[in-house]
Amino acid sequence: MRKQMNFDFVGNKKKFALVSLCILVVGILCNIFLGAKMDIQFTGGSIIKYSYSGDISEQAVRDALNPVTNGNESLQFNYNVFAAGSDAAHNVLSVSVSDQHQLSSEDQQAMLSALKEAFPDAAMTQIESNSVEATMGREFFWKCMVAVVLASVLMLVYVAFRFRKIGGWSAGLVALVALLNDCLVSYFVFIIFRIPLDDNFVAVILTILGYSLNDTIVIYDRIRENRRQLGPKSDLATVVNLSLNQSFGRTLNTSIATFMAVTCVTVVALIYNLDSILSFSVPMMFGVLSGFYTSVFLASPLWVGLRSVMARHKAAKAEKQQNGKKKAAAK
Amino acid sequence: MKRTGKPVFFIVALLILFVSYAAFFGIYTERGDLSIPVIKGASDIRWGIDIRGGVEATFYAVDDDDNALQADSKQLDAAKEIISIRLVDNHITDYELYVDYENSRIILRFPWREDETDFNPESAIQEISMTAMLTFREGNETEEVTDANGNVTGIKPAGVTESNIILTGDDVEKAEPYYDNTKVGTNSAYGVQLTLKESGKAKFAEATEKLYSATESERGTISIWLDNDEISYPRVDAVITDGVATISGSFTAASAQDLANKINAGALPFKLATSNFGSINPQLGSSALDAMLLAGAIALVLVCIFMILVYRLPGAVASIALLGQVAGMIAAVSGFLPSISSFTLTLPGIAGMILSIGMGVDANVITNERIKEEIRKGRSLDAAIDNGSSESFSAIFDGNVTVIIVAIILMGVFGPPDGFWSKLLTPFLFMFGTATTGSVYSFGYTLLIGVIFNFIMGVTASRLMIKSLSRFKHFRNKWLYGGDRT
Repeated sequence: MRKQMNFDFVGNKKKFALVSLCILVVGILCNIFLGAKMDIQFTGGSIIKYSYSGDISEQAVRDALNPVTNGNESLQFNYNVFAAGSDAAHNVLSVSVSDQHQLSSEDQQAMLSALKEAFPDAAMTQIESNSVEATMGREFFWKCMVAVVLASVLMLVYVAFRFRKIGGWSAGLVALVALLNDCLVSYFVFIIFRIPLDDNFVAVILTILGYSLNDTIVIYDRIRENRRQLGPKSDLATVVNLSLNQSFGRTLNTSIATFMAVTCVTVVALIYNLDSILSFSVPMMFGVLSGFYTSVFLASPLWVGLRSVMARHKAAKAEKQQNGKKKAAAK
Repeated sequence: MKRTGKPVFFIVALLILFVSYAAFFGIYTERGDLSIPVIKGASDIRWGIDIRGGVEATFYAVDDDDNALQADSKQLDAAKEIISIRLVDNHITDYELYVDYENSRIILRFPWREDETDFNPESAIQEISMTAMLTFREGNETEEVTDANGNVTGIKPAGVTESNIILTGDDVEKAEPYYDNTKVGTNSAYGVQLTLKESGKAKFAEATEKLYSATESERGTISIWLDNDEISYPRVDAVITDGVATISGSFTAASAQDLANKINAGALPFKLATSNFGSINPQLGSSALDAMLLAGAIALVLVCIFMILVYRLPGAVASIALLGQVAGMIAAVSGFLPSISSFTLTLPGIAGMILSIGMGVDANVITNERIKEEIRKGRSLDAAIDNGSSESFSAIFDGNVTVIIVAIILMGVFGPPDGFWSKLLTPFLFMFGTATTGSVYSFGYTLLIGVIFNFIMGVTASRLMIKSLSRFKHFRNKWLYGGDRT
């Protein structure tokens, strides 16, 4: 018979926590030095993309657009972009205006005709435009943040309820710390890859919340079951270690399957230059990795730590009371 | 304990294959040169504007000085009515239009028409958000309007109807549908009551006096126009001097409401401004669709290979179940039956489906790991399969609930303001505006249905198949289930 895997997850909890801390520190440093970029969906402003052929000079573009944008524009050129379904490569010009006034549909029309006039041979076509009012963007941003908090609270309550037999609130709390870690990792991916935070960011964060907690819960479920079988007197660290080893194969394989699926999306999106998908799939890849790591190496081992601290605290309190009683008796 | 019969595997597998075929390719009957869907396939899915190309805009109410103002629900309904009339005027029949009553906003999305080569989204939006012109005109003389090719595209006022405008939208206070229960059974039980402002009373009295006649056949009509659409042409049956008129005759509750909305639209005290505007070229979107379908196909194949390599026989069963899961998702998006309309699928929605392919094997992974464990403990094959199935249920259930919570929140935050999930979350999110973009809504939906089908397939279909297969002599080798080679 093959040997059951036996790794001391709980005993090494400090090392695992240290690894997480290091990643977080690197992320925070990146955040400080690189700064977060917000998409116009949250800040308001406009981005318009044009496809064209040939060469156009940046200054000429600025001159053509000046009557509408008043020099508030920033330009970005992408050369030789291939799109599936069309044979010819074309260049893409992105004009963004992150001004208090978003560009109205009249403005956008004026910009396109100005560009067409300035570069008659470049086959200028508007391929994408997006323009959001600043107040609306801000409201939307806060709505998303409240949604993330709401999701976290609901999950904490759910875990606390379902695992009330094995100390639900502490289990939920530790799970939440692990989730926070995953969310931060996904956030840092947005920072490091210079992806503006947009609606995809919220989708990624919420999905990772659900996905990582799913992993953690399957492990908790195993702890609950082993606890039932081994009796409440059993040593918590032993039970958790046993459960983690038993469920390791499942957690690993599900993570591999999910990671493969997301990687397929990323690779195809890279080949076809699909920005709107990349900003979703790349942070998701890292989120899945982090979710696997925190569920296996962080949440349950930390929970053992928290429980033993709580137990010691309780014991100390009981002892104090006992001592108090003794003193009272001595008097 | 009752054993699952040998034929069960074939029944379940064939059922999954059949449903998959139907969901992917659809089943159609030919009637003449039309093919009519009996079951809708993947090609009948309604794609979002990020794939088909199209326009997304959010309008809000402003006063004459362009300051945002809070409009009530009646005014917003009227504005919505105006927009839909104009969309139809622009030959845009396939659109999504939502009203966000909390924030006085109207959200509009419409795709490019397939036959359209030169479409200008900016001018369409300008036209749609223009202030509506409501006119009450004498008589009902019209002439046909034709386009450059000589096709009739509509009508416009002519003759005296063109020259004599009795009232405009400024003279109208409000229009309301009414129900007169003393006239139940006659065709005037439902109608519309029109209340005029002081400015309109005298003009209307004068016109009705001119057009009214004691003889019924000689009574004139007043036609009511919104922009260039004739919305009603009632006959003048009385002289109206107090500024309160009723329009009746063959209305239903719905058509009376409709006419009242249209008149109110013309009397709107506000203009519509655009707070959010986006357009996507169809060329860009269709290439993205091809790419994502390719990614989905590769992901499906890779995950199936992985499952078979790791779990052997149960892995192969899981692959069949996964195919069923994908088919179920596609059916839930396309609507499957012709009477159910398709859900709008966007790029993030497809990404959600592909993600679900990866996460979707979870129920199978949990069960199969458990079976493997039981076998390695030395249990008999049947006991291992039974235990593995029953003991993994709570883990699968609890794990799926968290993803369902997330999916519901995503749908509530990004969904249309009048949607079920948004209303569910209103107590928490009421103070916030509508999403400035709608494509993530579809992701929430595919995530939700992915979890549901993962549960259905993983807990029922795969288990039936494994239990049935294990009855065959050839499939009783424990190695096939993850045990050691014997």
